[in-house]
Amino acid sequence: MNRHFRFRKFVEWANWVGMLCCMSVSIFFLVAILGYVLVHGASYIDWEFLTAMPVPAGETGGGIANALVGSFLVVMVASLMALPIGIGAAIFINEFPSHGFGRTVRFLAEVLTGVPSIVVGLFAYALVVVPSGGFSAFSGSVAYAFIMVPIILITAQEALRLVPDSLREASLALGIPKWRTIMGVVLPVSSRALITGAVLAISRALGEAAPMLFTAFGNSFWNVNLTKPIATVPLLIYTYATGPYDDWHQKAWAASFVLLVVVLLTSVLTRAFLRGNSDE
Amino acid sequence: MAGDEVTLETLNRALPGVKPVSARRQFVNLGDRLFYIVAKSLALLVIVLALLLVADLCRGASEAIRQFGLKFLVGTTWDPVTHQFSTLPTVIGTLVKGFIALLLAVPVSIGSAIFLTFYTPRWLRPVISYPIELLAGIPSIIFGMWALFAMVPVIRVIQIWLKAHFGWFFLFDGPAVYGVGVLSGSIILFIMITPIITAISKEILLTVPRAQIEGMLALGSTQWEAIWKVALPFSRIGLFGAVILGLGRAVGETMAVTMVGGNSFAMIHSLFDPVHSMASQIASEFSEATYSLYVSSLIYAGLVLFGITILISLMAQFLIWRISKGKLALLD
Repeated sequence: MNRHFRFRKFVEWANWVGMLCCMSVSIFFLVAILGYVLVHGASYIDWEFLTAMPVPAGETGGGIANALVGSFLVVMVASLMALPIGIGAAIFINEFPSHGFGRTVRFLAEVLTGVPSIVVGLFAYALVVVPSGGFSAFSGSVAYAFIMVPIILITAQEALRLVPDSLREASLALGIPKWRTIMGVVLPVSSRALITGAVLAISRALGEAAPMLFTAFGNSFWNVNLTKPIATVPLLIYTYATGPYDDWHQKAWAASFVLLVVVLLTSVLTRAFLRGNSDE
Repeated sequence: MAGDEVTLETLNRALPGVKPVSARRQFVNLGDRLFYIVAKSLALLVIVLALLLVADLCRGASEAIRQFGLKFLVGTTWDPVTHQFSTLPTVIGTLVKGFIALLLAVPVSIGSAIFLTFYTPRWLRPVISYPIELLAGIPSIIFGMWALFAMVPVIRVIQIWLKAHFGWFFLFDGPAVYGVGVLSGSIILFIMITPIITAISKEILLTVPRAQIEGMLALGSTQWEAIWKVALPFSRIGLFGAVILGLGRAVGETMAVTMVGGNSFAMIHSLFDPVHSMASQIASEFSEATYSLYVSSLIYAGLVLFGITILISLMAQFLIWRISKGKLALLD
């Protein structure tokens, strides 16, 4: 074995070790963060935390029921707005070929995924909060919907693209109009991937706190009225985590735990759902 | 889809006896026409939304734009008392934090991506890459929480040590007692963008033709030489795009940076300075903004942030699109 060969083997080995370290760094942070939230959050979770209303600072007990309901409500209304827009636009791009227009929409959607969530919040503030004269749950939904539309659009188009043309042609050859073909053949065939995309968008929105700062605003009381400020879980975590009380910090950890479980569960389930048609 | 486009024509050609449907009348069915109109208007709505975003931000910022103009971008005062607003220090603070985060994230994430793609057996790949993708899905508020309570105390100890031993070096010559500051902000950004860059880099490295790598190996190169001389040159544009995308995420990131970036309006002098990012300034001051020029200035800052992220995002999209020929969907 000459020296040059041994040197090359050494470089190979050194790089292997180096890259293994890189991997370990990523994995380490995942374990550190998940572990920390688990340890600090899980112990505080009980039935009362999930079902009780917040209590004034200094009193013990109390929960985050209003924020859980608030998050659910705001994201649900956002989904009702974002799903038709995203899927409809994806159908148009994929099923009605047009010169440039479809590609422009798709390109815009990709650019819009990069818009910072805080800017989306400012947008919803200027669009809804200022004209309507006050913070409201609805303005929060608008902000979330804006975050969700490009995600839904892109995932939906990818889903529709995977539907074989032969299925469309078979349906059209039977004399079925195009819109019935899309609704009755194309969408059902791609439904799994469509749902996956929608869930991805919803779980992304569930965790966003920044746009809620100047839209839903937060509320320490019970509210299901869309025109009034409402509490959401991520914003509640922010308020509690940056507050001065130890009890608040505890609650922030517990709320983080709840949020993390919801987001990770959807991610894991989505993954299990997708397994059928991905290569890895 | 191409298949749909030719359907009517092929039908007409295949059945010559049947009265041909003219090319102008694409839709023989009323439902089809309605469906087309609805789908098209929804697609149009996406464009309208994008335009509305820009228009609304400009409208909200108009008062500050009229008052300060482009001087907003180069001035260094942010004083709500004297109604003077400008944003240069936060722009610099944002970019510095973003670049430090990149400096740490690029080797780690590209190293991980190479390891995953070329050194990991196929069956093991999902086992390792899945947790990394999970990390990308954690909400930023949870990163912020973890950073504030778990990371900042550690950073504070490191800062005090660094200042005691290397305080003569200008980067380490700052108030070391806070813990929150440029260093903490950069590190949490690094943790947040690493999985994103790793995931995209992995996809891009998978586009390297296997035959080229195998050709190199057959000529007697080591695995690393094949990567260094074939895989990386082949995918460098796409990898650069992935890195730029990570920078975009770092620049736009709000909650975590607000919690540990140390929110004060000042020029960066050292790694320990608590300095605002653009996003953290908007997030933390918006509720205190008591008069319209203040609010308008914050929206103006948002507009500037939007401009920066759009530029970065456009660049990343272009680079990644070039390498993947539009096949790669970009979602984190």
